[in-house]
Amino acid sequence: MMDGRESVRYRAFSRRTAILSAGTAGLFALLTGRMFQLSVLQREQFATLAEDNRVNLQLIAPRRGRVYDRTGVELANTTQNFRVLLVPEQAKDVRAVLEKLSQLIPLSPNRLERILRDALRSKAFNPVLVTEGLNWEDFVKVNINAPDLPGVKTDMGELRSYPFGPWLSHVLGYVAGVTDKDIEKEPELLSLPGFRIGRSGVEKAADDALRGKPGAQQVEVNAHGRVIRELGRREGTTGQDVVLSLDMEVQKVAQEKLAGQSGSVVVMDVTNGEIISIVSAPGFDPNAFTGTISPAIWKQLNQDELKPLLNKAITGIYPPGSTYKPIVALAALASGAMTPRDRVHCSGARALGNHVFHCWKRGGHGSVDMHIAIKQSCDSYFYECARRTGIEAIAAMSRKFGIGQTYGLEIPGEKSGLMPDPDWKRRARNDSWRDGDTFNVGIGQGAVLTTPLQLCVMTARLANGGKAVIPHVIRSFGGVDRELAVPEDMGLDPAHVAIVHGGMDAVTNQGGTGARSRIDVEGFDMAGKTGTAQVRKLTAALRGRNSDSIPWKFRDHGLFVAFAPVKEPRYAISVIVEHGGGGSKAAAPIAKEVMTVVAQRDPARKKYFVPPARTAQGLVTKA
Amino acid sequence: MPLNDSYGPTGRETRLLGKLRSLNWTLVGLITAVCCIGFGLLYSVAGMSLEPWADRQMLRFAVGVMIMIGIAVVDVRWWFQLAYPIYGISLLLLVAVEFVGRMGKGAERWIDVGPLQLQPSELMKIALILALARFLHGVLVDDVSRPTRLFMAVLLIALPAGLVLIQPNLGTALILIVGGCGLIFLAGLSWKIILPVVALIVAAVPVGWEFVLKDYQKQRVYTFLDPDSDPLGAGYNITQSKIALGSGGLFGKGFGEGTQSRLNFLPEKQTDFIFTVLGEEFGLFGLLILMGLFTAILYQGVQVALDTRSQFGRLVAMGVCLNFLLYILINTSMSMGLIPVVGIPLPLVSYGGTALLTVLFGFGLLLSVQVHRAVDIPRSAAALI
Repeated sequence: MMDGRESVRYRAFSRRTAILSAGTAGLFALLTGRMFQLSVLQREQFATLAEDNRVNLQLIAPRRGRVYDRTGVELANTTQNFRVLLVPEQAKDVRAVLEKLSQLIPLSPNRLERILRDALRSKAFNPVLVTEGLNWEDFVKVNINAPDLPGVKTDMGELRSYPFGPWLSHVLGYVAGVTDKDIEKEPELLSLPGFRIGRSGVEKAADDALRGKPGAQQVEVNAHGRVIRELGRREGTTGQDVVLSLDMEVQKVAQEKLAGQSGSVVVMDVTNGEIISIVSAPGFDPNAFTGTISPAIWKQLNQDELKPLLNKAITGIYPPGSTYKPIVALAALASGAMTPRDRVHCSGARALGNHVFHCWKRGGHGSVDMHIAIKQSCDSYFYECARRTGIEAIAAMSRKFGIGQTYGLEIPGEKSGLMPDPDWKRRARNDSWRDGDTFNVGIGQGAVLTTPLQLCVMTARLANGGKAVIPHVIRSFGGVDRELAVPEDMGLDPAHVAIVHGGMDAVTNQGGTGARSRIDVEGFDMAGKTGTAQVRKLTAALRGRNSDSIPWKFRDHGLFVAFAPVKEPRYAISVIVEHGGGGSKAAAPIAKEVMTVVAQRDPARKKYFVPPARTAQGLVTKA
Repeated sequence: MPLNDSYGPTGRETRLLGKLRSLNWTLVGLITAVCCIGFGLLYSVAGMSLEPWADRQMLRFAVGVMIMIGIAVVDVRWWFQLAYPIYGISLLLLVAVEFVGRMGKGAERWIDVGPLQLQPSELMKIALILALARFLHGVLVDDVSRPTRLFMAVLLIALPAGLVLIQPNLGTALILIVGGCGLIFLAGLSWKIILPVVALIVAAVPVGWEFVLKDYQKQRVYTFLDPDSDPLGAGYNITQSKIALGSGGLFGKGFGEGTQSRLNFLPEKQTDFIFTVLGEEFGLFGLLILMGLFTAILYQGVQVALDTRSQFGRLVAMGVCLNFLLYILINTSMSMGLIPVVGIPLPLVSYGGTALLTVLFGFGLLLSVQVHRAVDIPRSAAALI
């Protein structure tokens, strides 16, 4: 029933199908020929390659980048060390091999458990780390006995080391082994034996840059999987070197001055937010974390009353106390609630309802204007100042200065602190805002909470006349400077700023509360503000008592913020000494010492260190 | 004359039974045999374990065969009607993948539909066969070479091939283009056009090299020509695959004894390089058995085409065969170092759900053509409306 045209079509189709089939037959013959060639003619050659000398491809861990300070001092580097590895698949009985191994080198029962767990978890052909940091003698012992230890391999590994130990523990953080979760993200690289990644601090924040890319090596292995020789090698990319904005000399001095105390120092370049020094004391030794940390050290660190594991510079939150008064003064001036000449009478105390608000000076300051109020840190003046300005205007000004916010510093874990206002009180405490709350905010007490970093940023923004600088500690990755945004202008009136600067100048240089901490370096006079943060409500019995007679943990926190030079501010500093007593006694002297070193070194005006270009093998040798 | 009027509608129940009885069970058996070889190899490369590949692949096969038979009993005229809609949807999905596609092995090829991962380029392999077969069904031998008709046919191929190429997925684009052109050839394209075009393509190779191929694709060609130039990088795969195949010899190292694959020298052993595993463990003997089964399947497919009354059915059957053949040619040549590395699996054997389902879907259509080989479809029905 096919019409003529359909049969033409069918015949054409069959003919073409036949042509295609013939072509296919030809191609299949070609393929069969190739099969024959490979598995019969060249069999010997390939069998030799496959059986006798198996060629294997192994990943090479990239070298982790170094960390430098702004002058080129090495803060974190890697050192070579002897390691012992174990390939579970080749060991067959992992437990028995480890048993034998532990007779040669010291392996704690804890460590053995850990290795067994790793061996179970990783793929059978992936080596797991048995131990590292071996001395030469032990290393030789393992190598000599290698034939009796199937699956055991020795090699040179890398260990992260921190030459300054506790002095930079909170800035650099530390590296530690990977978890199952990490492995999912980058299975090949992260299952390298003993591979470590940044766990806190800059090591964590800059981990991607520091880590680098793995290389590969082609090796010949014998029937037991032992490497006979290396055939080829493709070097990985070394991690980028990171240069921090820190000046290690300043960091050292700050650290030394805080020795034995619990506290924090932050120094910053006010023009761009670069952190010159950021110290949280006491520190801990990060070198203890790169290997396996001993339970004893861990316990001791956790129980220490001075809390060495806490990075107080960014996670410690304290009432700013009187260091906050310059902001209240600026808010008052900006809102027009006060003029600089307005005077307030201080009799030493002021009643509000049935509550009495005291000034720190028992007899009172008499009649004070804004300049004297800042210089003498008169509480009565700032109660009145805050009352007239109102909490909304104070809170708005404080937020411009960064209080109650985080900055995305390259040291993870910043706390935001708190800038209280009526809204917050309704939400958090289900209570309405009262005048007494405003009084407390006026002198930096009550619910206002800040971190030492925030206090330094606040002071820097005040010092530079209202440029909203953002703090950061990393200057460059792999020799390439980071791009920084131009700081926003906060819209302050220069005349207002000058008045506050004048008051703070008087604190240190004209016999104010910080007079004893005046800096004597020519052209580098420091303007500051002392502060004392109450740890608990003072009872009448305690008021006026010498702080040395109060138990340590009930003593006030001493605070001090400052900038220098007064004429052309370049550096800002914040100091907090926990339970150190008053700011003028505990904190201001530390600021003086640190700023004196800053004055001598003037780090912000020096040229930045640029790390030399490096290959995977190390430094590029110059021709 | 390929005419056989034994098929005729007689009530619903018996019709389904009749269809199942007339189904080419030899072909189904051959397909199952090839898949079983695949299961064995997946079991072996997993270190003699059903997990993680063999068990899942068996499950997919079970589902896939049912889908295949389900497709086979659907009247071929339905597929004729659905040809353009399926093609249209596939084309839309291909466009969509450009926007919502998610990264898989450096190439954007997947789209998420609820819990399913859909690969529109796989779907397109089927859709193009259907659409092209339907279009050519309405064109007489003498008209195939006419500019307007030829332009339409080429457009049907070029649209999806272009979209797949920018993904970029060279392997699938190659299958679409070669498979599509094969159908136009079968429909009777004049030699007067074929010969000049072939000459033009040969002349265009240097231009394409310069402007069309991406760097990674060029790299594959370089390393193919000289695998030792990059023995740790791309050349590694080729070298290791040849070592594995060659060391298998006549009868192989034995089931589960392939050292190259077991010791992880061979990359992608469960997918792209499974042919190599077969060679290492079962030698030339194993390879020839598999090639024999493939040949038998293709023979059955061509017989179905020659035995079918409608041009649509014939072209669908040959389209499926052509696709299947291209998979085999590309994968085996790659495994044996004859062509550069292209990410094309060995059909029915390699691990992977989407590829398996696509191939079984294709054979479902071929079987539908076979069951309904006597059905006549008027030439005029090919018009769009």
